[in-house]
Amino acid sequence: MTGDLIFILLALLTVVPAIWVVFSPNIVHAGFALLFTLLGAAGLYAYLGADFIAITQLMVYVGGVLVLVLFTVMMTRIPHGEKRKGGLDRYVPAAVFAALVFAVLYKVITAVEWNGTFMAPEATVAEIGANLMTNYIFPFEYVSLVLLAAMIGAAILIRESKTRDDHAEDEAAETTENAEVQS
Amino acid sequence: MNVGLPHFLTISAVLFSLGLFAVMSRRNAVGILMGVELMLNAANINFVAFSRYVEHSINGQMMAAFVIVLAAAEAAVALAIVLAMYRNFGTVHADTVQSLKR
Repeated sequence: MTGDLIFILLALLTVVPAIWVVFSPNIVHAGFALLFTLLGAAGLYAYLGADFIAITQLMVYVGGVLVLVLFTVMMTRIPHGEKRKGGLDRYVPAAVFAALVFAVLYKVITAVEWNGTFMAPEATVAEIGANLMTNYIFPFEYVSLVLLAAMIGAAILIRESKTRDDHAEDEAAETTENAEVQS
Repeated sequence: MNVGLPHFLTISAVLFSLGLFAVMSRRNAVGILMGVELMLNAANINFVAFSRYVEHSINGQMMAAFVIVLAAAEAAVALAIVLAMYRNFGTVHADTVQSLKR
């Protein structure tokens, strides 16, 4: 079955780089592995017949978020790399907790009798657009507001912030300059 | 093998656990953010799979679209915080920074 083969390939494309994202000591490698995970997730959305979500995933995540992440990685590069300090006391609790969560999730997935049937895929863009303007008009406007607030907040955070002392020094410098000009 | 809902849920569970592990074990704040992105993607796969297999409606996909938007907003703010942290403290390791101001 080609469908199964495509699914397996997409699943591997999603999960294997995700392991690399988590365990790679080099944060740049992790960033590039995240690219493949996001591509694989987009493929899974397409496999599920969610064409709009797949395209949005490509445009927003791969084109936007990932570029931001890689820019941040390159702008904050620590010269001698990420040293693995501490070691086991950080990894053991994290591994135990993550394994526990996975065990619970997997238990639920296998225990429940899922009787869902695959709905035949159809183009979803028109339906999503109509829903955004009718049933989801309030979340749509709200999320646009959240996005605007987040962008303004990020711009303010990223701005070269001057401390109060700097301001005072600047003002003092300006007044002396003005005085010099006047004299 | 017939690909069904449990397969997607299993992939999603694996992604979520890996993301959780990254969030708990990484020192680099950007690495923690990558773990959060993995967890959000796991939730998104669940939303789309349930919308296709169980709900038979578009609602799950709408929710997935909103999750993607919020993830973009979250990434922008988080990376701004990381850059501010780097400028103020010269490090991006989450365990060495204990205050928001210098």
